[in-house]
Amino acid sequence: MKLKQLEGFLGDLQQFSNPKVELEQYPTGPHIASRMLFTAENSYGDISDKVVADFGCGCGTLSAAAALLDASCVIGFDVDPQSLETATLNAEELEVEIDFVQCDVTKLELKGQVVDTVVMNPPFGTRKKGADMEFLSAAMKVASRAVYSLHKTSTREHIKRAALRDFNAKSAEVICELRYDLPKLYKFHKRKEVDIAVDLWRFEPRQN
Amino acid sequence: MRLIVHNMLTCNIKGVINKFPLRIEAEKVIKKEVDFNPDFLRHMLAKIEWKALVDGARSMGYTELPDHAPALESDEPFLRKFHHALLELNLEEGSLVCQESGRKFPVEKRVPNMLLHEDEV
Repeated sequence: MKLKQLEGFLGDLQQFSNPKVELEQYPTGPHIASRMLFTAENSYGDISDKVVADFGCGCGTLSAAAALLDASCVIGFDVDPQSLETATLNAEELEVEIDFVQCDVTKLELKGQVVDTVVMNPPFGTRKKGADMEFLSAAMKVASRAVYSLHKTSTREHIKRAALRDFNAKSAEVICELRYDLPKLYKFHKRKEVDIAVDLWRFEPRQN
Repeated sequence: MRLIVHNMLTCNIKGVINKFPLRIEAEKVIKKEVDFNPDFLRHMLAKIEWKALVDGARSMGYTELPDHAPALESDEPFLRKFHHALLELNLEEGSLVCQESGRKFPVEKRVPNMLLHEDEV
């Protein structure tokens, strides 16, 4: 599948109808989502024929991208039942198979080494402090091959240090820097649109 | 919920030691065909908890899996059964039950709800 094609499919997905600010629910736009997964597959082979988990899947954009890039199994995890309903509809629309689990990923314990790759657009920690680190810690415990994650560029040094020192990372690389377009979703947003610099990270866990 | 997912879910209630596997109480099971990928299946064989898969499949009405995975894993008839159990059976409605605490995690519209109550964390 070509990048433009993938981006097109993802652009048709339904997004949050009533986003919950305390969960930092923002859609992962098709531009970022397609590039993230396309890179994971074409540069690293981390998606096709792999078991891929999407942490904080929301409406399932990253999950859908993984499925379209031929992951052999995609599992979306999220705490919010409404998002999971939208994600289920999105999967049906695209005619792809995605399993969903309702849970708090930061409290989840998954057995075994079944999951190869974790992809995620985690909360940045603007509502619940430290949420970004909790998601990263959880992902590093679950993935056997790689974790792909988006974090604010302003947190780059902090993330690198924590990943290598505390979260069992063999490597922690910023693959590229992206601009995340956040449309005015919530009443407290003053500007019509805001542009945040985010890093796309690839972490490799040490073998357990 | 498919059995590939069930094979990783544990009960993470504070204090519970016997967290895996969760026993399945099936109310509605659907079957959905999925493309057969023998390489992927062989790769999964080493990672799957076999007994949990066999018991899970039985709870969902599928009894064709052998008690132990055969030594000759390239045997296609076996891989077809493994494929069916792992990827084509889907629990639409039912519960996942923690063997130690008895806590039931509901499965509705194929989605298991593993959220803990405040006193369980």
